[in-house]
Amino acid sequence: MTGADTLLTCRTSSTAAHIGVGISGQEGMQAVLSSDYSFAQFRYLQRLLLVHGRWSYLRMCKFLQYFFYKNFTFTFVHFWYAFFCGFSAQTVYDEWFITLYNMVYTALPVLGMSLFDQDVNDRWSSQYPQLYTPGQLNLYFSKKMFVRCMLHSCYSSLILFFIPWAAMQDTVRDDGKDIADYQSFALLAQTCLLIVMSVQLCLDTFYWTAVNQFFVWGSLAAYFAITLTMYSNGMFLIFTSYFPFIGTARNSLTQPNVWLTIFLTSLLCILPVVAFRFIVLQLRPTINDKVRHKLRKEALPAPAPRRPPTRRISTRRSGYAFSHAQGYGDLVTSRRFLLKRPLRSRPALFSQTDSPLAQNQPQHYRTIAEEQEDAQSP
Amino acid sequence: MVKEEKEIANRPDNTAFTQQRLPAWQPMLSAGIVIPGFVLIGLAFIGIGVALFVTSRSITVLEIDYTGVEKDSPCYKCSDADVKNCVCNLVFSIDSLFEGPVFFYYGLSNYFQNYRKYAASKDDDQLSGDLDAFTAPSDSCSPYDYNSNDKPIVPCGAIANSMFNDTFKLYRVVNGAKKLVPLDGKGIAWWTDYNVKYRNPSVTPLKNAFNNTVKPIFWPKPAYQLDASDPANNGFINQDFLVWMRRAALPDFRKLYRRITEGDYAKGLPAGNYSLTIAYNYPVLSFDGTKKVVFSNVSWMGGKNEFLGIAYLVVGSLCVLMSIVMLIVYAKFKFPEED
Repeated sequence: MTGADTLLTCRTSSTAAHIGVGISGQEGMQAVLSSDYSFAQFRYLQRLLLVHGRWSYLRMCKFLQYFFYKNFTFTFVHFWYAFFCGFSAQTVYDEWFITLYNMVYTALPVLGMSLFDQDVNDRWSSQYPQLYTPGQLNLYFSKKMFVRCMLHSCYSSLILFFIPWAAMQDTVRDDGKDIADYQSFALLAQTCLLIVMSVQLCLDTFYWTAVNQFFVWGSLAAYFAITLTMYSNGMFLIFTSYFPFIGTARNSLTQPNVWLTIFLTSLLCILPVVAFRFIVLQLRPTINDKVRHKLRKEALPAPAPRRPPTRRISTRRSGYAFSHAQGYGDLVTSRRFLLKRPLRSRPALFSQTDSPLAQNQPQHYRTIAEEQEDAQSP
Repeated sequence: MVKEEKEIANRPDNTAFTQQRLPAWQPMLSAGIVIPGFVLIGLAFIGIGVALFVTSRSITVLEIDYTGVEKDSPCYKCSDADVKNCVCNLVFSIDSLFEGPVFFYYGLSNYFQNYRKYAASKDDDQLSGDLDAFTAPSDSCSPYDYNSNDKPIVPCGAIANSMFNDTFKLYRVVNGAKKLVPLDGKGIAWWTDYNVKYRNPSVTPLKNAFNNTVKPIFWPKPAYQLDASDPANNGFINQDFLVWMRRAALPDFRKLYRRITEGDYAKGLPAGNYSLTIAYNYPVLSFDGTKKVVFSNVSWMGGKNEFLGIAYLVVGSLCVLMSIVMLIVYAKFKFPEED
């Protein structure tokens, strides 16, 4: 939208439309200042919607789903433990873990996924506009998906509690000493939880850049580093009552049955997800899956032909609207802005008959930058 | 030209990071990875499951409940709450050599050491030997911080107060005569508990540190007299006290009492008749709890726990089954190539 008459439209856009887009141009900067997004030429709208809008929707939905999943699982485990601790609201995990779980251990990985994830890259996004339909149909995050996420959390929490519970019944260390104590159980449960969450995030991510892999594995390494530090002698001697878990990591993480339990729990949470996704991929592949499959096989489609960098010879920049002036209606209806002189190596121009979009052709762009030169020709 | 500079100034960065063109791997769940992966994981799990199951089977456990609920139980006479200093005798026999080292546990059930208020009811500063906390116990110990005469309780709190106080003596019956089996109580708690977490106040004799304090209400003797035979086993670093303070995660638990490793019993408990003399002090019937003794040996996977072995076997088989299902699905509904 351009011009001050669309100022009001942009401002009320949140009630009617999803976003307001302003084009900075000849009629001033009013629309730009009051819109959610702004750019310089109308043709960039395609990229905004099909590439960035689509990615944004995908990332937002994945973020929401993962965030609900990790927090519901975390909470449901406490719910199951309530049956075994006299409903006294005793936490399963170490209190420091609870504090740091959302702040440190799972913060950066989620951020990495939300910033960098893409399903197909920008050129394929432009080539297959049908990929935009899931966003319009609200497919990736709806009430149904929320309920599915809750059920998945429920299942994961059952595994994350009851497998350690069963494995720790009446068991001891390999030298006969205690391992079924509260602190070892907490450490076991929290390690299982974090490993499952990290692997689940990796499964959810389609686009594995070095940055988000560093975030994921770095956070897991940070968990072990921080935990071992907090359970060390030094921290206990300095802040005695804040670090009561001293010695727990040394005494329980050296036991093979603890690691076997962690291994079993993690795989039992992850493998059904992998199997389910694989089977759904075979039985009901979405347009998204098909394009991603094609992407792996074929080279990138030809990019939109690059037109020579244009100079906007716009002289009439001003901060005031021209709605009281005659406007550009005459210019538009006279069709003088259509290019008449032959192009050097460019295919067809603005032909109003068939839409390139419908034919899945790469969209070729035109500009109206040369209007000043054309102003002379009728 | 001014306009050129203005354009370049407004132009966004064109790096891979800002334009979201970072080099990346885009994995997709393909049949070539998922199906063999499931098969491999399934086979590995089955292997581990077999090892765990076989190991668990080779561990011997002997459990004897001595709560005394039934009338014909030897400890029935002790189960009455009014009887004090009751002693009862459990007789049992072992068929074949119980391989050593044999570990002797006491077990409690329906006992919620993981109850939140109970678990918080201790003073870590007191237990690490801080004398300031002796005179002023933390209020997390309440109502077991001061007694009715307002004297500080050391060690304060419900966990210390509820310390298990049944004692056991094991005899082997040989030709009608009872022969005492030596029980070893050294090093039954975690090394870090004994050496780092719990420290006695550095006052000699230890008794002086406890001046102007009282023992916990349910204790027969104060902390500095917990073990008359071994001076290094008194105060907060008494092994039985440490084992008790390491509170259990679940309501049915076992705690290590002694080890049987010395003398004639280094190889284990030989077959024969045994008699266990129990000083029954600890009341559990008021909350429907039970008490038992457990004799067990251990292996690389710890105590007898058949769950892990069975779970690994089940999950391994399910993985192999799933891989067959996925193979069938993949073969029939192959991913359509056309879009």
